[in-house]
Amino acid sequence: MDILNALVAFLNFVFIPAAAYGAQLALGALGVTLIYGILRFSNFAHGDTMAFGTAITILTTWGMQSLGISLGPLPTALLALPVGIAATALLVLGTDRAVYRFYRVQKAAPIIFVMASVGVMFVMNGLTRLVIGVDEQRFDDGARFIIAVRDFREWSGLAEGLALRSTQALTVVVTAIVCAALFWFLNRTKAGKAMRAYSDNEDLALLSGIDPERVVRLTWIIAAALMTIAGVLYGLDKSFRPFNYFQILLPIFAAAIVGGLGSPVGAIAGGFLVAFSEVAVTYPWVKVAGYLFPGWEPGGLLQLLGTEYKFAVSFVILIVVLLFRPTGLFRGKSV
Amino acid sequence: MSSNRQAAASSPWRAPILFAVLAILFVLEGTVRNGLFSGSWNTALAILNMGLISAITALGVNMQWGYAGLFNTGVVGFLAIGGLAPVLVSLPPVEGAWAAGGPRLIGSLLVGLGTLALAKIVYTRTRRAWAVALVLIAGFVAYRWLFDPAVSAIEANDSARTGNIGGLGLPVLLSWLVGGAFAAAAAWAVGKVALGLRSDYLAIATLGIGEIIVAVLRNEDWLARGVKNVASIPRPVPYEIDLQQNPAFVDFAGRWGLGVAEASGIWVKLCYLSLFLVVLLAIILLAQLALKSPWGRMMRAIRDNEVAAEAMGKDVTARHLQIFVLGSAVIGIAGAMMITLDGLMAPNGYNPLRYTFLIWVMVIVGGSGNNWGSVLGAILIWFLWIKVEVWGPNLIGVLVGPLPDGDIKAHLLGSAPHMRFIAMGLVLLLVLRFAPRGLVPEK
Repeated sequence: MDILNALVAFLNFVFIPAAAYGAQLALGALGVTLIYGILRFSNFAHGDTMAFGTAITILTTWGMQSLGISLGPLPTALLALPVGIAATALLVLGTDRAVYRFYRVQKAAPIIFVMASVGVMFVMNGLTRLVIGVDEQRFDDGARFIIAVRDFREWSGLAEGLALRSTQALTVVVTAIVCAALFWFLNRTKAGKAMRAYSDNEDLALLSGIDPERVVRLTWIIAAALMTIAGVLYGLDKSFRPFNYFQILLPIFAAAIVGGLGSPVGAIAGGFLVAFSEVAVTYPWVKVAGYLFPGWEPGGLLQLLGTEYKFAVSFVILIVVLLFRPTGLFRGKSV
Repeated sequence: MSSNRQAAASSPWRAPILFAVLAILFVLEGTVRNGLFSGSWNTALAILNMGLISAITALGVNMQWGYAGLFNTGVVGFLAIGGLAPVLVSLPPVEGAWAAGGPRLIGSLLVGLGTLALAKIVYTRTRRAWAVALVLIAGFVAYRWLFDPAVSAIEANDSARTGNIGGLGLPVLLSWLVGGAFAAAAAWAVGKVALGLRSDYLAIATLGIGEIIVAVLRNEDWLARGVKNVASIPRPVPYEIDLQQNPAFVDFAGRWGLGVAEASGIWVKLCYLSLFLVVLLAIILLAQLALKSPWGRMMRAIRDNEVAAEAMGKDVTARHLQIFVLGSAVIGIAGAMMITLDGLMAPNGYNPLRYTFLIWVMVIVGGSGNNWGSVLGAILIWFLWIKVEVWGPNLIGVLVGPLPDGDIKAHLLGSAPHMRFIAMGLVLLLVLRFAPRGLVPEK
């Protein structure tokens, strides 16, 4: 039994990728949950808006690279991020003014909002294609690895290597900072408290003099920032393909619902839960098992589900939550 | 929802006039050759055939949305699972595939379903999570033990040409009904879980099942060869090549003054057209009768005020499940028809933007709640979707004509094909906002 090698293999293939992916999902789910809490609908345009923000960031990154600006070991995309956030914020504020405000004034049924968001999704999808095309783009630069496989092997003398890509570490660090800032904002500032009050009870918030349009604007701006950051981190870690951003919608929704729609803590927990289950279920465990039980020949990959079915994992989690606890782990909204 | 369904008087001539406009568009497409139209009856009929299939899909969606207010975002999945039926029903059996692993495969699928049923029974009887988990784990192990060897055996059997379980060799028209049944079964499973909760949960759950069904078709090679595609699915109509060699047909084409190649293409498309029209009219007839019956009034009452309907003793969730299954069955029939028309099962073609959200644009534009409206919207939007592919680049070419040649001009020209996504999104948003009742409003 070789616990050290098994542990390293587990860290390398399961823990680190899942943590990075979970952080990306958590940021996405935070955006979905905020919009749900304040505007009370599930935003189907979320994934495509993420793609739009990322596309703008990529274009700015390329511009900066051609001017010779760089952040040294960190990816240049971090410098370009504010531009992407600003562009996305303007876009979503424009969409809110042009599309959603009408239905808000009308007090339309939530499903009408969802449908409008599908229209917005189409437009965003087209815009992203227009801006950057449908092909895969890579835009990461700077140092590739914090720990490289070979260095780790030489340092530890183990057979199994460990790699920590800088984008993975960056994702987790940025997510931690963003979450801390968001919770500080929601719990400590006046605007954040106004947002929470509005989310809890619209009418009471109105009575206490909170301007609903201001709360909505603020929500969109924060959501735009979250979407762009999540999209850029996802693009840095994997690579940028607009269609992937449509597909990531399902895990993001699953994360938000598992945590409880409208609950920011739940969104973060849900993101990591979905990511860890997805990676754990689709990872072939035969290598780890080989270290733990040297004499055992399982005669298969010990993979519960092919990687092509990773979306099935989010779906099953979603179904289980809907069956047993429709309001989510952290008691989100039920209406 | 009630806020968007204000009753307003509309001219009884509205629908006939709009259908006449549509007919003129198709006649122009068939006869006039210029920058806007192709002037080929083959193209016009091809668009119309696919438009009719879209119309049937839109009818299914309209049952779910227009009658009951259910938002199904997994249309692509129900179309795809319906498309599986022609492969499994009408293809000739694959030599040796059944012997290689057929019984074992069926056994594994039964074990899988049995495990889920047992887990449900155990949960309702004991309410103990660990017992359910035990049942599920044991069932999963048994399922994989049966399933994996069966699949490898079937896929190894003549893998270059077939490598799948093969069909039953039955008439392809039968598969249309089977396609409906497949989609209905999938819809029942999703609806059972997601209905009765908040309205957007169904939207999210169907989004998931749509993606999963397409992923299954793409990756389960034993079923329909996955991305290796299944070609030459039997046709319910004659083949062009046979017609061209038939002296009677050559004679017939000559009398109409058409080339044999063109005439045979038109003839085949007309045959499909008549089949599709029969299905479409049968479904519309049934749907209209249902809508005018007490059942239809109950459905609309539920849609317009769930609380009141529930107070009147209607089981809202059960009715929703019923209509969701029925609507999905219609979508499944359309999916089987589409694969029959194409003669090809290619899972990579199932794109949610094209097969889910475009159908939604059709329903909303046509007039949700009105069957004729859905048909009109479907054929019109499909026509525009195909033609915009031609018109968009032409238009952009004219617009950027005065610009100097360079990167920007090339980029604009190259991005013209993406314009139709923006156009369709804008159409959906504009109709939803300014004419929420669509072109042909509900009565």
